[in-house]
Amino acid sequence: MKKTYKIDVDCANCANMMEDASKKVAGVKDCVVNFMTLKMNVEFEEGADVKAVMADVVKACKKVEPDCEVFVK
Amino acid sequence: MNRKQKKMLTRILIAAVLLIVLHFLPVTGMLRFALYLIPYLVIGYDILIKAGKGIKNRQVFDESFLMSIATIGAFAIAIYKKTWDFDEAVAVMLFYQIGELFQSYAVGKSRRNISELMDIRPDYANIEVDGVLEQVDPDEVEVGSVIVVQPGEKVPIDGVILEGNSSLNTSALTGESLPREARPGDEVTSGCINMTGVLKIQTSREFGESTVSKILDLVENASSRKSKSEDFISKFARIYTPIVVYCALALAIIPPLFLLITGNAPAWADWIYRALTFLVISCPCALVISIPLSFFAGIGGASNAGVLVKGSNYLETLSQVTTVVFDKTGTLTRGVFEVNAVHHSEMDQVKLLEYAAYTESASSHPIAKSIISAYGKPLDRSRVTDIEEIGGHGIKAVVDGVPVAAGNDKLMAMLGIQHIDCHHVGTIVHMAVKGEYAGHIVISDTIKETAKEAIASIRKAGVKKTVMLTGDAGRVARAVAGELGIDEVYSELLPADKVKEVEHLLSIKSDKEKLAFVGDGINDAPVLSRADVGIAMGALGSDAAIEAADVVLMDDDPSKIAKAIRISRKCISIVYQNIWFAIGIKIICLLLGAVGIASMWLAILADVGVMVLAILNAIRALFVKKL
Repeated sequence: MKKTYKIDVDCANCANMMEDASKKVAGVKDCVVNFMTLKMNVEFEEGADVKAVMADVVKACKKVEPDCEVFVK
Repeated sequence: MNRKQKKMLTRILIAAVLLIVLHFLPVTGMLRFALYLIPYLVIGYDILIKAGKGIKNRQVFDESFLMSIATIGAFAIAIYKKTWDFDEAVAVMLFYQIGELFQSYAVGKSRRNISELMDIRPDYANIEVDGVLEQVDPDEVEVGSVIVVQPGEKVPIDGVILEGNSSLNTSALTGESLPREARPGDEVTSGCINMTGVLKIQTSREFGESTVSKILDLVENASSRKSKSEDFISKFARIYTPIVVYCALALAIIPPLFLLITGNAPAWADWIYRALTFLVISCPCALVISIPLSFFAGIGGASNAGVLVKGSNYLETLSQVTTVVFDKTGTLTRGVFEVNAVHHSEMDQVKLLEYAAYTESASSHPIAKSIISAYGKPLDRSRVTDIEEIGGHGIKAVVDGVPVAAGNDKLMAMLGIQHIDCHHVGTIVHMAVKGEYAGHIVISDTIKETAKEAIASIRKAGVKKTVMLTGDAGRVARAVAGELGIDEVYSELLPADKVKEVEHLLSIKSDKEKLAFVGDGINDAPVLSRADVGIAMGALGSDAAIEAADVVLMDDDPSKIAKAIRISRKCISIVYQNIWFAIGIKIICLLLGAVGIASMWLAILADVGVMVLAILNAIRALFVKKL
């Protein structure tokens, strides 16, 4: 399953680091962070609990870039 | 500028003024240090806080952390050496922030500019309720509802015109500036702007399924498919910072130790200073920002010209195309049959066409339709009587009391009328009036006006080989290819054969050379997906084409193919310029820094300068109008 989230981040390298960090989160199959459109496409693994996984993704992103925002609806 | 950026600008100005004042202040010693801390903290407090968080999260390669180390180190060296020259430490932080501000401003601005170019999203739809117009969310309009579009408004949802005449501006969709005329019964595509009259439109789709939604969805997700260059840069960025940091560490320790062992003065402060210079250049920002920005701008510029590219990867592949394979019907030709010529006619050609049109007036055959449309005047059905259709032969009828027969050579033979064979390519309708041969009408698929020019400009854009595939007869295919100047022709192909031909062409070229297939997207979806780049044209209103292709041309003008290739070439050359330029300057600065020629001043100026130039260069990819 794929979902798109709006994000807010200031620098392109930080966006890359968020992408790397999110990919390592359990339950995330793949993740693409698009700095230009400020969007994050997350592909979840089968049967993953989206809410819980996204909470981990946000935590992982905050760790590499404290100034970032991921808008989880 | 947003609030965050304005605040940063104020901080930069305050710090800059303080720095200049302090520079001329005749104070030395620790008092000078304390005074310099004021502008340093004004400009860099957030960086320091972020660096602190970085340490807590063990992010040692975080750029805030590295900038903090570099500037604090510069302070320490100035105190240790008792030069009391703190300009450098503050200036490095100051320039770093100026660079960040510029980056944030430029990216925000181009993000807005590009979104504006693609701004085709309608905000509302008008529905008439008891004679009063009411604005509703397009999402809420059901299929089959009647919406009203006033002059100056965008058509929000696909549909059919019930009432009203107008001209529609399709430039936001197709890049075509000539307005399109619209009459009752015409289908209209959402995203067009109604220019002159009020239109009542019956919607044929939901908003989410309408052309405008599909296009927006496509464009917004385009840059998520990353190109090889982008992948290269993110990999490079991942290793660049650690490598530079380790080099800095080595530079700070190894040379002084070596000097110490060999019995010289170790000059610790000098080598640590050089190591700190490395840290200043350790951020790969210029590269990391400018490459995706180039692609984003290229895709944005292209969609403004009516060329939708589904991802940066396709833009990159498109730039390497050396073979272009065309489908014939609908791509190079109009795909509609038209009267091309009237031959051997004793009477006035218009009169002959008139007879033909009346004879065929009751038929719904495409050939009949093309004759009727070539005649072009309204038909008065009472003038024609005794219509008799002879299957597989043609039609006999009486027009204005005169017996007329229109059909193929078999019909002429059946009626015992001597006919003249035609050497032209196409479908031939022989005519007999009053029992005598009256000439024949040639009907064929016509080549698009811009097709010949398009092939020439594709060649000029660097494509080496052009190939045409068609299900049509060999004679027709060769005639078209010859007229257009196409290198190779494969005719009488079934759809499955087309895939085989493309696979064959793919196998005989080298890996670096890419193959593009251009089709109208109606029945060539398998070929579109098999080619390196599938280009669908005339996609306005055709969902199948938008789904199957990698590059979508919104109108059916083949000259857009060359334009798409030129746009991609420009974008990719900008990408390469930025990669070489940014990496090159960084390496030169690192080398100069290592031998002690480049100071921290030079390092930060070069770093920020490269980023500014790379961003400005990237934005150039947006300007594609004159290509």
